[in-house]
Amino acid sequence: MLALDRVSKTYPNGVEALARFSAEIKQGEIIAIIGGSGCGKSTLLRAIAGLDRASSGTVTLDDEAIASPHAKIGIIFQEPRLLPWLSVADNIGFGLADLPAAERRAKVARALERVGLGDKAQAWPRELSGGQAQRVAIARALVPQPEVLLLDEPFSALDAFTRRDLQDHLLDLWADTRPTLILVTHDVDEAVVLADRVLVMRPRPGRLFDQIEINLGRPRDRNSPLFENFKRSVLTSLDRSLDRSVPDRDATQGPGQAMWW
Amino acid sequence: MISDAPVLQQSSEPAESAAAASRLSRYARPVLGLLLPVTLALGWELVVWSGWSNGRLVPPPSRIFTTITELARSGELVRHITATLWRVGLGFAFGVVAGTLLGAISGYWSLARRLLDPTVQALRAIPSLAWVPLFILWLGIFETSKIALIAVGVFFPVYLGVMGAILSVDRKIVEVGRTFRLSGFAMIRRILLPAVLPAYVVSLRVGLGLGWMFVVAAELIGASEGLGYLLLDGQQLGKPAQILAAIVIFAILGKLTDWLIEVASAPFLRWQDAFGRAKGA
Repeated sequence: MLALDRVSKTYPNGVEALARFSAEIKQGEIIAIIGGSGCGKSTLLRAIAGLDRASSGTVTLDDEAIASPHAKIGIIFQEPRLLPWLSVADNIGFGLADLPAAERRAKVARALERVGLGDKAQAWPRELSGGQAQRVAIARALVPQPEVLLLDEPFSALDAFTRRDLQDHLLDLWADTRPTLILVTHDVDEAVVLADRVLVMRPRPGRLFDQIEINLGRPRDRNSPLFENFKRSVLTSLDRSLDRSVPDRDATQGPGQAMWW
Repeated sequence: MISDAPVLQQSSEPAESAAAASRLSRYARPVLGLLLPVTLALGWELVVWSGWSNGRLVPPPSRIFTTITELARSGELVRHITATLWRVGLGFAFGVVAGTLLGAISGYWSLARRLLDPTVQALRAIPSLAWVPLFILWLGIFETSKIALIAVGVFFPVYLGVMGAILSVDRKIVEVGRTFRLSGFAMIRRILLPAVLPAYVVSLRVGLGLGWMFVVAAELIGASEGLGYLLLDGQQLGKPAQILAAIVIFAILGKLTDWLIEVASAPFLRWQDAFGRAKGA
């Protein structure tokens, strides 16, 4: 289980990006974090990844505090961030340097097949399309079999068709080992397609505003009325989170903070 | 699919003509570059041959060529070229080693950069030839002072190139290394080194160019052999053909050594997605 306990982040310039964010995320759960700009979504993700340290509060994975990048936590960024000097296969195997070469090759080959790029093993990253490059990034993050996979707006730079395709593909890959997925997005559709639970954040300072359970079976039909209903409730919550006249209603906030209004 | 046919025809024609154009340009491009110098050389040859000019101060190409072959036959040429190559090689080696080490340290540790870089930049502001009298006093008139001068010339571009390249490595790529828990040596070997390589090769080529410049300066100041000595000897004895012969050989050697760096580094830079590659230049 991944536990976030009152995680706060204040940047050196005094901006309070994240204030007392608490959540518990079960192993294998798919979480979407959604919110207006500047609500601290990415800050939160970077704290979980161990790339930045929280100013206060703790991130624990299976009772282990996370303060630096961890083997069980993988991350996929908005851009593929492939290493341009490595072939596609070597990019995917980047996190497997400790394994014997034969085992590494086998795993990379399997991952390449799995993301449908078996014929691109020896290609350079510059020869890939945006969608292909992001597939390679997904394979690179998944091949060390992390328990938690963080995704920071991973499909936002892609066109609508490719995005849908990759969303389905991600779920397919997720089913192999069922890692916990935490997906930061600003696409309501994407959140409802993928997530078991949508966390809505509100900005200045970034904090948790609302949680919406998506009780929909998989695969999800993007055109079903039920899907539309969930989309509407996420949108409503998102609208309310940006409306300053609406007070925080989340009970996980400290009692002192809840009292001031 | 009737509509396909004209489309196919249309698309194949430009493709063919493009291939033909690229075939043509593969040979045409170097020829085009040679057109101007060859015309000038032939023109001057003709002018001297027909007696419009005696070509004493500006010898025609044939006379320069004769001078080179004469020097080669007597074994003089090999001796001078060896001496010069040896100086450039040693000076380049020292300059590259020092520039790479200090540049890497300054690029990697910000404390070292704050300590070191202002001094290096101040030294860089000194025209390198100003060191000559001091080097001669310190290191003598023979090889050591010459090699030191060349090394100084090579050092600065390499130092700047390495430091700048490390400082401008994409933070996002470094972050990828961090998420895979690379640290220290592994981060340098797997992320920083490949990332700085293109800029490093450029700085080596710039450094080598300066090395050739400074070897001339060093050999003009006082040498009994070397291509620079041939220049000076040609001036003092009034042999312009010898001066031009030395210049031609400098040009050939400079281009050749530069090409060696380019060829040696090419296998490591195949991944580059650069403008020059797309143009096939």
